[in-house]
Amino acid sequence: MRKAVLTGKHFWYGNIAIAEAAIAAGCRFFAGYPITPASEIAEHVSRRFPQIGGMFVQFEDELASMAAILGASWAGAKSMTSTSGPGFSLMQENIGLGIMMEVPTVIVNVQRGAPSTGLPTLTAQGDVMQTKWGSHGPYEIIALSPDSPQEAFNLTIRCFNLAEKYRVPVVLLTSETIGHSAGKVVVPPEDEIEIVQRKKPEVPPEEYLPYKPDENLIPPMACAGEGYAFTTTGLTHNEKGYPDTTAEAQEKLVRRLNDKIRKHLKDIVEVDEEKMEDADIAVVSYGQVSRPAKKAVEMAREDGIKAGSIKLITIWPFAEHIIHRWAKQVEYFIVPELNYGQIYLEVKREAAGEAKTILIPRMGGELITPIEIYQEIKRVGEK
Amino acid sequence: MNEQTIAEERLELHPIEKWLRSERMPHMWCAGCGVGPTLYAWIRALDRVGIPREKVVYVSGIGCCGRGSGYLNMDGFHTTHGRAIPFAIGLKLVKPELCVNVISGDGDLFSIGGNHFIHACRRNVDLLVICTNNFIYGMTGGQLAPTTLLGDRSTTSPYGNVEPSFNTPHLADASGAVYVARWTSIHVRRLEKSIAEALQMKGFRYIEVLSPCPVNYGRRNKLPEPDDIAKWFRQASVIRNGANTSEVQIEKGKPLILGNFVNRVGKPTFYEVMKELEERVRGR
Repeated sequence: MRKAVLTGKHFWYGNIAIAEAAIAAGCRFFAGYPITPASEIAEHVSRRFPQIGGMFVQFEDELASMAAILGASWAGAKSMTSTSGPGFSLMQENIGLGIMMEVPTVIVNVQRGAPSTGLPTLTAQGDVMQTKWGSHGPYEIIALSPDSPQEAFNLTIRCFNLAEKYRVPVVLLTSETIGHSAGKVVVPPEDEIEIVQRKKPEVPPEEYLPYKPDENLIPPMACAGEGYAFTTTGLTHNEKGYPDTTAEAQEKLVRRLNDKIRKHLKDIVEVDEEKMEDADIAVVSYGQVSRPAKKAVEMAREDGIKAGSIKLITIWPFAEHIIHRWAKQVEYFIVPELNYGQIYLEVKREAAGEAKTILIPRMGGELITPIEIYQEIKRVGEK
Repeated sequence: MNEQTIAEERLELHPIEKWLRSERMPHMWCAGCGVGPTLYAWIRALDRVGIPREKVVYVSGIGCCGRGSGYLNMDGFHTTHGRAIPFAIGLKLVKPELCVNVISGDGDLFSIGGNHFIHACRRNVDLLVICTNNFIYGMTGGQLAPTTLLGDRSTTSPYGNVEPSFNTPHLADASGAVYVARWTSIHVRRLEKSIAEALQMKGFRYIEVLSPCPVNYGRRNKLPEPDDIAKWFRQASVIRNGANTSEVQIEKGKPLILGNFVNRVGKPTFYEVMKELEERVRGR
């Protein structure tokens, strides 16, 4: 039997790193549908799962794939799907169900140019707001964005851990560029990989309330076949899991679904700050764009401009406390992103008149170069 | 005698009490609805076969029938519209030892969920799927369904339906289901027997249960009283076990062909072929 955790040094595409990280994190159920530029993840999983006792199913569409990974999680498995924009749109339906039923699972979105069929083979970061708001209703979700195959590996494992900890679908928001870039990926020994498991009920079945939260606002999760005889629904429900379609039940449940994420912002949000101590200008970036962004900051520093970099590793929930804090120090936030302004709007909101926010937009298809970001830093730096 | 004593004196447990979430009663279904008798037949069949409650999983979609999973005292999942089958597949493949059942309506299983139905038949996933077919969208107020009969009136076919309806047993049969039957919710004993037979098999098993909806179907189609549709079922039903499913299309004014139509043995389930694949790969 092949090993599950391939400890050692590898030269992997981002998409392969994601598949291997899922396996290392304990994922043993994968449901998906072919789509460029994400297919390599499903292909790799379909090759690897029979070696290690996982269940891979290529479903008839993304609607079914998303439903199936929720069902699998309710049976106790760690589950995942991978897709790109058009498939991600179809998954929104059952992402909402996952939010409402509080199901740990992981969705990988390898972003490509959009709207619609867009640029299937070329990169973009246009699904940032869709990740936050794509399913109907007020909810909070967790999304992480990697900038390299190594980080794709690390963050995929973190996605599983956050999903288990907070009982929520977690999105790895990556892109074509990362998926199809090869790089060094170091896989640590199995016992050095931190794995989080969902909290199980500690009361006997007759006392178990499937939606009674613990002190962290997260209900311990029984799974099917464990004798708890619980019921769950996408309808607004009470702590027993029974439908309760009243304004009071809605207020209580939806507030908690949001608060369990909002109140743990500091645990969930991860950023990578460089050269920020004395910075007047901060470049806020995420995913693949953080690489040219960091290079541009270095170039500006060589010119004596006090530029710094804030790389958002956690996209959702937004690092509002961090941007808010730096807004008191810096004069400018520069936000380069492969869309027409999405995270830019969040940064601008948190800058709240204390600092100016500038967008460097690109609709996708190609990267923003270090020179372009550097020129913008220089332009505002010389004002 | 105070009210409480009267209530205690009259208390007699329902025969399937242990399977019910009695505190949730009364349920939301209308007088004359076929969902209740269908669930009753299913529970009786589970008892008859002797499947322990801890092993039973009930997955439902959206609509009147979808609400069933919340009334029964077992692991129940009330999912999204049309997605009960793929949700159930995820559950079943992870815990194959569970008895996973999808009980949902005709709109849920054959309109929005139609694609999942045929693919689950094709894969022969080990599920029992029961469709309460009431020829209409009941919950949303009586709109046209893919099972509404030609000429029938609904709130979105006010001049009469012009679309042909699905022959769902034929669809299941042609797509590869290993067990296909059709009964009505008034044939409770035969239905119970059929469900019990299906529960003892493995693979994709499908039972269509014709089910009255007096409020949103009967009322607009000259069958307005709670028992009018039941009377139609009784008068028009012809039991023909083993009938060719291509000949069981439901048509107005013609006999309703009921029976256990298909029983294929020996076809491996999806889980079994996946495990076989795994062994082959590991043996390399």
